[in-house]
Amino acid sequence: MVENRRALNLFCHVVLIAGIVAILFPVWFTFVASTHTADRMREVPLPLLPGGHLWENYVTVLTHGVAGASTAPVSRMMLNSLVMALAITIGKIIISILSAYAIVYFRFPLRMFFFWMIFITLMLPVEVRIFPTYKVVSDLHMVDTYEGLVLPLIASATATFLFRQFFLTIPDSLMEAARMDGAGPMRFFWDVVLPLSRTNIAALFVILFIYGWNQYLWPLLITTQEHMYTVVIGIKRMIPSGDAAADWNLVMATAMLAMLPPALVVILMEKWFVKGLIEQEK
Amino acid sequence: MAAEKRTYFPTGWLPYLLVAPQLAITLVFFMWPAGQAMWQSMLLQNAFGTNVQFVWFDNFKELFADPRYLASFRTTAEFSLLVAVSGIGVGLLLAACCDYVLRGAKLYQTLVIWPYAVAPAVAAVLWSFIFAPSLGLATYLLKAWFGYDWNYLLYSGQAMTLVVIASTWRQISYNFLFFLAGLQSIPRSLTEAAAIDGAGPVKRFATIVFPLLSPTTFFLLVVNVVYAFFETFGVIDASTQGGPIEATQILVYKVYRDGFQGLDLSGSAAQSVVLMAIVISLTVIQFRYIERRVQY
Repeated sequence: MVENRRALNLFCHVVLIAGIVAILFPVWFTFVASTHTADRMREVPLPLLPGGHLWENYVTVLTHGVAGASTAPVSRMMLNSLVMALAITIGKIIISILSAYAIVYFRFPLRMFFFWMIFITLMLPVEVRIFPTYKVVSDLHMVDTYEGLVLPLIASATATFLFRQFFLTIPDSLMEAARMDGAGPMRFFWDVVLPLSRTNIAALFVILFIYGWNQYLWPLLITTQEHMYTVVIGIKRMIPSGDAAADWNLVMATAMLAMLPPALVVILMEKWFVKGLIEQEK
Repeated sequence: MAAEKRTYFPTGWLPYLLVAPQLAITLVFFMWPAGQAMWQSMLLQNAFGTNVQFVWFDNFKELFADPRYLASFRTTAEFSLLVAVSGIGVGLLLAACCDYVLRGAKLYQTLVIWPYAVAPAVAAVLWSFIFAPSLGLATYLLKAWFGYDWNYLLYSGQAMTLVVIASTWRQISYNFLFFLAGLQSIPRSLTEAAAIDGAGPVKRFATIVFPLLSPTTFFLLVVNVVYAFFETFGVIDASTQGGPIEATQILVYKVYRDGFQGLDLSGSAAQSVVLMAIVISLTVIQFRYIERRVQY
């Protein structure tokens, strides 16, 4: 800028640092809570600096769970979350890329009808069809199964649109050349379209993994047995209603574990995350 | 960009096979349940489903005559407005600062955006621990410094404050990223020209930058309202559970409560249909806006 305002620059740094401290504080506080004994976590005021029980708290929740609230070990819940998140992510990517490919590269009867039907799913989030969807899943005997957790969440209008938009930018000449060389539609898909879609798939992967890992309402309905709980549901079940004595050190250790995988994905794949988030809305 | 390809592969059974998985899921888990919800919203039945009567729109009439439902509507409106405005405000402030500073912008960005990875329900657990009655750190400090009595399980205003903070905290990152992208796309020459004409940073922001960001702001307003309406279920369920006395019972939570705990199937179905109408209108607004945006 033409001017050099040190005061404004300083002000901006102060605002950013203050904002980040406010944003990070709950996580710091949670981390500190996860490193103390249960007794220390019942004394007011609560500690602001870490204690010496980090290892034993994390080992306890991972291997035994939180006594009184749930007997399933958190490692099992983490595994459930991982299976659900990966299945949702990979499933959504596969079925979306296939249907987008069909809609862009073929002209067949009912094509636009199918397109609009996929579009309408955008307007039917699980929250507005809770009860009947639960009924369908329980009629199919999929309560407390991974299929029941994953299948109803796997249709994706946004991912289909994203792939459709991208396919439309692939030059027609590529396809004409491939056809001239005698490549059929599936050959063209594997050898040309899929490799070109790599960056889009990476960006979608990050966004959808976070979406899948953080699911709440659906697993809450579909998992009734502790060995099927996802970690996000597990934490909620560990908190007794009201202000009753929870083992806050263990609950907070579980919260840290629940945040870790998606946070790592965002931080390590930040470039793809930003791309995915911004493009998803287009 | 073309909306259609000029050349196609010859049609056979292949395209149907390719769309089949998506369509099967859509039909079984989306269309059929949505149809069921609409059908049930016009039925009157008891909790066991043994006595069923077709009553046209009586359930809706009853719904909109129910003061508790209307109160839930008001709560949702208030909640989503608070979440949207505070999230957009903080997101814009941080993005503007991050765009202005020359050093450390990248690091700031990483630190601001990662809470997006935290599940809404986990965010609620974190914040309700800080604000826990008697035990929480914030509760202790409010008492010790200001003599303020905090107990979100008793006072409805405090419960609302808590769920707004927990919901906004996670959403700041999203608003921040979109504002930052918007700010970075504003040509430097515009703001520089204004600076040469003697406009200070505040004036430049108010008269040039903010008007240019208005499409982004409007888009984020819609997205944040959708988020507050539908994705904050976990926040409510993991902190206040709609209480105290339904003070934080947003519409989505009421559908769940009435259907799964109250076993009022017709009432819950009618509420689902109202929510569908809301999502459809919000989606239409969003798409109309995006279409206009494409023309720039």
